[in-house]
Amino acid sequence: MPVMRYREALNQALREELERDEAVFLMGEDIGVFNGAFKVTQGLLEDYGERRVRDTPISENTIVGMGVGAAMTGLRPVVEIMTVNFSLLALDQIVNGAAHIHYMFGGQVEVPLVIRMPQGAGHQLGPTHSHCFEALFLQVPGLLVAVPSTAADAKGLLKSAIRDDNPVIFIEHEYLYGQRSEVPDGDDHIVPFGKAAIRREGSDVTIVGVSRMASTAEKAAEVLADEHEIEAEVIDPRTLRPLDLDTILASVRKTNRCIVVEEGWPHGGVGANLAALVQEQAFDHLDAPIGRVTGADVPMPYSKPLEQIAFPHEPEIVHAVLATFRDV
Amino acid sequence: MDDPGAQATEEREYRAHALPDPDDARRWLREMLLIRRFEERAGEMYAKAKIGGFLHLCIGEEATVVGAVRAMRDGDYLISTYREHGHALARGTEPERVMAELFGREGGVSRGRGGSMHLFDAERRFMGGYGIVGANLPLAAGMGLTCDYMGTDEAVVCMFGDGAINQGNFGETMNLAALWSLPVVFVVVNNQFGMGTAIERHSAVTDLERRGEGFGVPGTSCDGMDILDVHATISDALRRAREERKPMLVEAVTYRFRGHSMADPEEYRSKEQVQEWRGRDPIDAFGARLVEEGVLSDEDREKLDSEAVQRIDEAVAWADDSPLPTPESLYDNVYVLGNQVQGWYSVDERGPGARRGEDIRGMDAKETADMQRFEETSEQVSGSAGESEEEAKPADAAQRDDD
Repeated sequence: MPVMRYREALNQALREELERDEAVFLMGEDIGVFNGAFKVTQGLLEDYGERRVRDTPISENTIVGMGVGAAMTGLRPVVEIMTVNFSLLALDQIVNGAAHIHYMFGGQVEVPLVIRMPQGAGHQLGPTHSHCFEALFLQVPGLLVAVPSTAADAKGLLKSAIRDDNPVIFIEHEYLYGQRSEVPDGDDHIVPFGKAAIRREGSDVTIVGVSRMASTAEKAAEVLADEHEIEAEVIDPRTLRPLDLDTILASVRKTNRCIVVEEGWPHGGVGANLAALVQEQAFDHLDAPIGRVTGADVPMPYSKPLEQIAFPHEPEIVHAVLATFRDV
Repeated sequence: MDDPGAQATEEREYRAHALPDPDDARRWLREMLLIRRFEERAGEMYAKAKIGGFLHLCIGEEATVVGAVRAMRDGDYLISTYREHGHALARGTEPERVMAELFGREGGVSRGRGGSMHLFDAERRFMGGYGIVGANLPLAAGMGLTCDYMGTDEAVVCMFGDGAINQGNFGETMNLAALWSLPVVFVVVNNQFGMGTAIERHSAVTDLERRGEGFGVPGTSCDGMDILDVHATISDALRRAREERKPMLVEAVTYRFRGHSMADPEEYRSKEQVQEWRGRDPIDAFGARLVEEGVLSDEDREKLDSEAVQRIDEAVAWADDSPLPTPESLYDNVYVLGNQVQGWYSVDERGPGARRGEDIRGMDAKETADMQRFEETSEQVSGSAGESEEEAKPADAAQRDDD
């Protein structure tokens, strides 16, 4: 299997879908001449031209709204928002528009729109440029939310997203763009929404890792096995809506312990949501309270030592897992 | 800059126009009357608590609505605001289905999910009413992009109020529409007030036709009380959009005779001002001219009106007979569920099981999805049917005071 970077896998997905379907087009800030702020759209303007790959002004709400309007009338726009932080400027069009239009107009019209954007801390970009907002979008009925953590999933999920008839919030990760992993060959590599990946099998504890935290959780699982003789099962949900709760529940019923790891804030976070669902559906199988490892409940600080302790790393996950055993 | 002044818009001089051919003239009057009678009846139905939420009437603005819509082709897209009953009716949506939507019935254009502010008729390319001021502008540009992208000669008419012109969306959309040469006619319906704030209190430049110029969108103005001027101006703008691929901003200067919504005590304007504008009633003026020029007799004019009243009677009766949505349809159309579906889409406390796409995979999606939801919620539904009926009753009038 070819090995490629996450950003290259995304580029390949865009290329293949542009090739496959004339209705697919891309728009966003600096995606064309500049080749994308994170080079995801490298070379696409050159290969597909101004009609299919459209540089936009810095007008997030209008870019997304135009995507909605184009999607309502038969196109399949893929809108890039430079980073998730700027999606706040487009929230009206995302929530009141993209998410609700199919429902509020009685199912008469569909909004097959993909909004791609990266998130994540670690580059010392301070409070306005380091957000993780999967929980925010997860809350909105009508949206689908994808959080790929590997190159293969980035490609396969993006292709699914573009072919889906619902509006999709497609959350990439700035740290992951440069990471390499195997991607199946060929243009038929599709990863369906609503299907979690078991990254590592284990029998002692279930760790659900979201976005980048899926890979951090895998590293923590190695530490747990090497140093504590604990075999963790690591699950990457890959999409949060739809959610493959079955895979998570089956794992929890086997391990009887569950930790959820996310980079975003704790209150109303993905972990809070998953903890509620798991205890509702599998309460009798739990031997310990469900643990959450989250970003710190603060605006992201600039200074490196503060930033580094404000989002999860392996030791916090290991600590949280050990705590579930002490609670027995 | 000169003092823009409150009177600026009233001092403008507009073009005089010849009447269209008699059939068109009668049709235009008939459509304006239908909207007027519909809106009046909707107001009555609201007072009787048959309509919930907010109700925004376009009485006084009928010439702007019908003049604009009659300038369009069937293949063009129309998109509007929350004051859009008239737009749907002018586009040809049956008054039955508009009234049923206001009543929250399954037979409503949006199946009772949208209400007064969110009408939509895909078949007639009426692309919706929108509850957020200015939110329809980017959508219109997106629809214009589709026309351009697909290489059709279709165009878009986007109508919004003077209040929307101060949203950031306005500038963003003007810029993009001009930059990408999109065939969109933006019609700012200047009814003199953004809710209760008069135009000279919300806009530094009250000459709204000029507001697009800096973005590369030329503007023009028309007399929104004169259907002939509206029609001629928007026809010109549409021709330009279609042929020259250029967006245009048209200001239609008009006035709403009624409040912003039904819950508006109208303390922000004088009775004299309202009376003055009512003296320019667009339906009276056009009807009188048709009689004057021999297109209609007084009797014909009366007859058109009584036919409109009768049509609305039928609409109310039909809407009354249309069923309320069933509780098991609550989750319909949150998502487009195709055969690819798996995983949990909607998860909440309203049933013993979450609504799961997985179980309907590989089956006829629509039917099985409905059945699935019914089965999953049946236990809960039977326990709460009484409560649902309670909720379907008209809202307490007191709840409406916060408009």
